[in-house]
Amino acid sequence: MAYSEKVIDHYSNPKNVGTLDKAKNNVGTGLVGAPECGDVMRLQIEVDEETGVISDAKFKTFGCGSAIASSSLATEWLKGKTVDQALEIDNMDIVEELNLPPVKIHCSVLAEDAIKAAINDYRVKNGLPELEAAKA
Amino acid sequence: MSLKFPIYLDNNATTPMDPRVLDAMLPYFVEKFGNAASRNHSFGWVAEEAVDYAREQVAKLINADPKEIIFTSGATESDNLALKGVFEMYASKGNHIITCTTEHKAVLDSCKHIEKLGGEVTYLQVQADGLIDLSQLEAAITSKTILIAIMYGNNEIGVVQDVKAISSIAHKHGVLFFTDATQAVGKIPVDVMTDGIDLMAFSGHKIYGPKGVGALYVRRKNPRVKVTSQMDGGGHERGMRSGTLNVPGIVGLGKACEICMREMESEAKRLSAMRDRLESSLTELEESYVNGHREHRLPHVTNISFKYVEGEGLMMGFNKNIALSSGSACTSASLEPSYVLKALGLGDDLAHSSLRFGLGRFTTDEQIDYTIEAVKSTVTKLREMSPLWEMFKEGIDLNAIEWAHH
Repeated sequence: MAYSEKVIDHYSNPKNVGTLDKAKNNVGTGLVGAPECGDVMRLQIEVDEETGVISDAKFKTFGCGSAIASSSLATEWLKGKTVDQALEIDNMDIVEELNLPPVKIHCSVLAEDAIKAAINDYRVKNGLPELEAAKA
Repeated sequence: MSLKFPIYLDNNATTPMDPRVLDAMLPYFVEKFGNAASRNHSFGWVAEEAVDYAREQVAKLINADPKEIIFTSGATESDNLALKGVFEMYASKGNHIITCTTEHKAVLDSCKHIEKLGGEVTYLQVQADGLIDLSQLEAAITSKTILIAIMYGNNEIGVVQDVKAISSIAHKHGVLFFTDATQAVGKIPVDVMTDGIDLMAFSGHKIYGPKGVGALYVRRKNPRVKVTSQMDGGGHERGMRSGTLNVPGIVGLGKACEICMREMESEAKRLSAMRDRLESSLTELEESYVNGHREHRLPHVTNISFKYVEGEGLMMGFNKNIALSSGSACTSASLEPSYVLKALGLGDDLAHSSLRFGLGRFTTDEQIDYTIEAVKSTVTKLREMSPLWEMFKEGIDLNAIEWAHH
């Protein structure tokens, strides 16, 4: 199966690989997937506490090229959005942007889960109620 | 010599045809097109003569009698014919077959089919090194056992079973021994006499011959083995496999066997030296593991797991320039990694992180040099972006984390 050019580009030049300090109150961390399934994503956001805008986002991913590309793209999209806007990112937007084939849709689902998990972690840290979607 | 891309290191999947094989085949398409079963004219005689010669070339490589070679469409057909054919032919004697979990799907799925027909199959587990436990094998034999089916060399990890010991256990109990030797024939010495093989499947396209042709060895003496044909028709191949003979393919298989016979010994030395160099360089990377037995194995294969990186993602780093195979199958809905690696007891994480390198007749030292560098740098790069690697480096026990399985 051939990868789309956008997947190859994100794989070859991933954006925002790295680690934020998860101990900080304004950093939310989401760790999703499982090594047994062949993908694990860790996505982190740093929120500007005055404006509620995501000022930085980092990821590390264990997985195939599509999983790496999905998380790289997610971090790009997160930066500059408010936390509430970030919740609106849908996995199908990632599928469309990266031209993911049907067998790779789970990579985009995982990226959406990672975004929700990171936001949820941030919310819980800051005394906000847990998101319904991230409870599962 | 300058390096040409892509480099082919997937010779367990298929091999390129040797140009000498192609040369031998070419006359049998247009000029000498006869049906080997046409007994009344020279077109048929020419074709028959070519098939007879190829049968001798094939038999010689495995120390068989030419009459014991049944030409088929490939190893999958040979596996099917051996298993289903023995099951039918020896139904009055018993219905039990013993095989193992790391066999090729052609063997495992034929066994499943036999189970549906009322047969009983024992699937032996393999040990961590990929070898079967001989005492377990012997203990599994019952009065109903008619066949032991254990492969010669494994396609994914290259492990070579102790065929001589297996066949002597089989014969001690009056049980036939069948081996799928698709990966072994032409690569290492395979001798149906000294190995005690009763039936053996192999194929043309794994030994630099054409696709669509293979053979089943069926012993004629001590004991005389018979299989019920699975393809009905003109009664070709001593009634065991009907269908007009694929003359150019058979000529190619014969030529491929002849070349292997001549070059196998020196080739095995050359390939194992390159394989060992590849393996020792790549295992300089920490947390990398060679899968399967390090001694009892084919000379041209190595299967290595690079922990904390995923196989498909890893291949993407160089698959424009290097063609090889991963034990991970992230494209399937089930995300199941290789059943062979799992049978060795590898965790899913290691099974997902494996690459299979299959060297071949046209592999060069320069190609191996390039591959070492490309794989090393990609593993290093991907580990830098792997959350699992970071956790490992921080001393976090990954098994202690509750992962959300999806």
